[in-house]
Amino acid sequence: MHRLTLAQIARGLAAKDFSAVELSEALLARIGQFDPQLNSFITVTADHARAQAQAADARRAAGENGALLGAPIAHKDLFCTQGVRTSCASKILDNFVSPYDATVVEKLAAAGCVSLGKLNMDEFAMGSANESSHYGPVRNPWNLECVPGGSSGGSAAAVAARLIPAATGSDTGGSIRQPAALTNLTGIKPTYGRVSRWGMIAYASSLDQGGPLARTAEDCALLLGAMAGFDPKDSTCVDQPVDDYLAALNRPLAGLRIGLPREYFGAGLDPRLSDAVMACVEVLKKLGATVKEIGLPNMQHAIPAYYVIAPAEASSNLSRFDGVRFGYRCENPVNLEDLYKRSRGEGFGAEVKRRIMVGTYALSAGYYDAYYLKAQKIRRLIRSDFIGAFQEVDVILGPTTPNPAWKLGEKSSDPIAAYLEDIYTITANLAGIPGLSMPAGFVDGLPVGVQLLAPYFQEGRLLNVAHQYQQATDWHQRAPEGF
Amino acid sequence: MALERSDVEKIAHLARLGLDDAELPRTTETLNDILGLIDRMQAVDTHGIEPLAHPLEATQRLRPDEVTESNRRDAYQAIAPAVENGLYLVPKVIE
Amino acid sequence: MQWETVIGLEIHAQLATRSKIFSGSATTFGAEPNTQASLIDLGMPGTLPVLNEEAVRMAVKFGLAIEAEIGHTNVFARKNYFYPDLPKGYQTSQMDKPIVGKGYLDITLEDGTVKRIGITRAHLEEDAGKSLHEDFHGMSGIDLNRAGTPLLEIVSEPDICSAKEAVAYVKAIHALVRYLGICDGNMAEGSLRCDCNVSVRPKGQEAFGTRAEIKNVNSFRFIERAINHELQRQIELIEDGGKVVQETRLYDPNKDETRSMRSKEEANDYRYFPCPDLLPVVIEPGFLDEVRAGLPELPGEKRARFEHEHGLSAYDANVLSASRELADYFEQVQQVCGDAKLAANWVMGELSSLLNKDNLEIDRSPVSAAQLGGMILRIKDNTISGKIAKMVFEALAAGEGDSADAIIERKGLKQVTDSGAIEAVLDEVLAANAAQVEQYRASDEAKRAKMFGFFVGQAMKASKGKANPGQVNELLKKKLEG
Repeated sequence: MHRLTLAQIARGLAAKDFSAVELSEALLARIGQFDPQLNSFITVTADHARAQAQAADARRAAGENGALLGAPIAHKDLFCTQGVRTSCASKILDNFVSPYDATVVEKLAAAGCVSLGKLNMDEFAMGSANESSHYGPVRNPWNLECVPGGSSGGSAAAVAARLIPAATGSDTGGSIRQPAALTNLTGIKPTYGRVSRWGMIAYASSLDQGGPLARTAEDCALLLGAMAGFDPKDSTCVDQPVDDYLAALNRPLAGLRIGLPREYFGAGLDPRLSDAVMACVEVLKKLGATVKEIGLPNMQHAIPAYYVIAPAEASSNLSRFDGVRFGYRCENPVNLEDLYKRSRGEGFGAEVKRRIMVGTYALSAGYYDAYYLKAQKIRRLIRSDFIGAFQEVDVILGPTTPNPAWKLGEKSSDPIAAYLEDIYTITANLAGIPGLSMPAGFVDGLPVGVQLLAPYFQEGRLLNVAHQYQQATDWHQRAPEGF
Repeated sequence: MALERSDVEKIAHLARLGLDDAELPRTTETLNDILGLIDRMQAVDTHGIEPLAHPLEATQRLRPDEVTESNRRDAYQAIAPAVENGLYLVPKVIE
Repeated sequence: MQWETVIGLEIHAQLATRSKIFSGSATTFGAEPNTQASLIDLGMPGTLPVLNEEAVRMAVKFGLAIEAEIGHTNVFARKNYFYPDLPKGYQTSQMDKPIVGKGYLDITLEDGTVKRIGITRAHLEEDAGKSLHEDFHGMSGIDLNRAGTPLLEIVSEPDICSAKEAVAYVKAIHALVRYLGICDGNMAEGSLRCDCNVSVRPKGQEAFGTRAEIKNVNSFRFIERAINHELQRQIELIEDGGKVVQETRLYDPNKDETRSMRSKEEANDYRYFPCPDLLPVVIEPGFLDEVRAGLPELPGEKRARFEHEHGLSAYDANVLSASRELADYFEQVQQVCGDAKLAANWVMGELSSLLNKDNLEIDRSPVSAAQLGGMILRIKDNTISGKIAKMVFEALAAGEGDSADAIIERKGLKQVTDSGAIEAVLDEVLAANAAQVEQYRASDEAKRAKMFGFFVGQAMKASKGKANPGQVNELLKKKLEG
């Protein structure tokens, strides 16, 4: 049962091959058996899951038949789940039992999803390797010595190891797409404003988006269709009808115009990855697509701009963690200053503190123009690049990451090296356009992914291309040994 | 624009982050590395470019002036570190 | 050394919306601690703000009333600092693009002259919670009911030159926000709070002196005292060779002095940046027109109309237009009795004394506008004299009757206007005082004038005050002439 995709599970539940209760029990057992090797779960909610599974079976017996009714998933631990610890992988929220559900959690529960628990991540979504979690690093099921990527590392590892068929993640600079690429999964970051951020604990408000990770584009379409939609509680959420992503999957690719940015294929890219990308392009050409070279000239400035904007917004978003109303409070604070400094100093990890300080500095008097404002201007340039490119092409294609998964500890002492991993993914967050990563081969036994970018609200197009590619290839069907 | 130890202390204070004296040198060094990365932005000509605060050119939606919340104090304070008589307790605030 | 005073005021008006600016919590005053603090107000992780339409409307109303520029877009910004009554660690406010731009307010000074005070801007922001310092064994208690209440911060130009002018300005703002129905102006409850920026400079010097900010002064009286005290402090300090430090001070009404707020003395770097959870707010021309059409007549317009339409003096018009309730009361009286002058006299005279005596607001007046108007009608049609009217007014105030007519009827206060009846009374009086009559007829003008009053008095006594005084005078004169 653990090998089934969401789509297959939906058919199986409908055909009464198994029940939601049986399915979730089987997966809970797998989690118990295999997760100690991966550390992908922070909290397993077995009783809660059983109750949800029973309810789903009851709904099905009463005649309902939604595609996600009884589907087992898990949530990245930055989605607030009522009555369940929501930690953001941080000591400062280790004792935070959320008093409410995120909109994403509510919507998926309403669709009948069974949530098996909360998934490990980089602390406060800041990282590309899932090595900064208070609960310990997550391991890549393809090679337990390697990182799974981040910040949705737990989501990726759990799905790749077939502990769950799909999971929710979040993407601020690549945190869905990059771990998907490093673990042979399909993951999509929707257009900014497509999915509600209510209840999704904020890292960088103008960049964050929630989205699915799964083994196929079809599964992503299923999950995204239920996650997306207008939410009046989120002012940045867009009031636009959600496309039928499933219907979009089967459109033929004839006439699809693909753009390959010349800037993607520069010196830093491992040539074997470049080969995998070009092989993917060939498959798509056979399916009817045409390819042309395009330019994204401001791409090289994306990383500095991102590493000003994201920390700046985060430095403000994380000020609410002060030991007063919830979360970690230091022992015996002697005065207010001590309460704040020790609660936050002891509660936050090193990377989070670094980014808060960078952000604080970037906003501080005398530096605002040179840093924050400058970064916002570069952001506009990057967006213009995409708007220009999409006049000539329908999707932009390239590698998701500059290299496959690296060894645990290899980049953890050099933050800059980790930051540079985000080179391909970051621009989509800055511009707000949707991006998807799909499996496209292996290098040294480790998965590599191809990224597709599309104009605003064209998630359907991305899922369509990925799905057609997955009909013609089988990279996405490979499973890691031992799981 | 290299940061000195005293700059880092000021920033940490603004952000109310308690830093170990032992951590300071390492933190200063790492922050300077990051600032070096960020400083690459200065090479870009952004003359005449408007800053982009939100990716989509959308505007703020307004909500009707209605009371939609009820008293949930017990539920919300169940997770508070220190509460008495419905008030959140903190070390004495001196005005 | 001659000194010049420069004062600028920042007034925070709590907008009278039903719900908070970014959440659907109630804004009612006086609720049990933290019973009106939602997830958003508590700054719970993952929560997001959504803007209250009425707060925007109220701010725009104010902007239109002060003839201000109202920009097409305005933007919310985060003001970052740490304080326990600030749950998110930042206050959502407005910085570079406030909702209301430059405007002005005309104030009337004690000597009757009108001065125009510039208003730099007004912006929307959220209020913080409250800290209670009653002993919780060495701790403070935080109540976040107030956190998130919408505030309109109104910033004046440094156009104010004295404590008295400052009070006049605050009173004018107070009246205006109540007129517009956007704020109840209750300073005791903190609905209207005033921060005073005060500095001095040698007369003739163009450059401003260093200013000190006196925070949260919550009554007109305290504003005057605090400013005067601060001015004196600054002048003495400079004359002693010292320098005024830019700082925040608190006014202590018990000691009548301002003192430095040590805890807020370090300069705060607020790191303002546009709030990424909120989008730019657009004010469409259609919305402006709609709000403009819904504006009540403003104090200035009303004052002018009272002068032109009702022929009131500038002074009377100013007094009667001070509050919307008072103006409405006056106009209703005028409508009933058709006499603006009498209405004005009675409202500013007897009614005012009555209200002051019992410390009542006009909306609690024991004598309604309809009742007062009805009474004045009876003066005009000679049913009662002005003097009797005072008795009727008191009776109305005491609740002795529903209307002037009822009281006049019940107490038989009708004026006697029948000339025949009055003549009969006068004849009796003259007959009873023949000697004085002789004396009168034998005296000169001056002496006659003095004695006339005696006869009037006697006539009034004989008629139990009911004889129409005008007729008495007229007929008495005739009879005395012989």
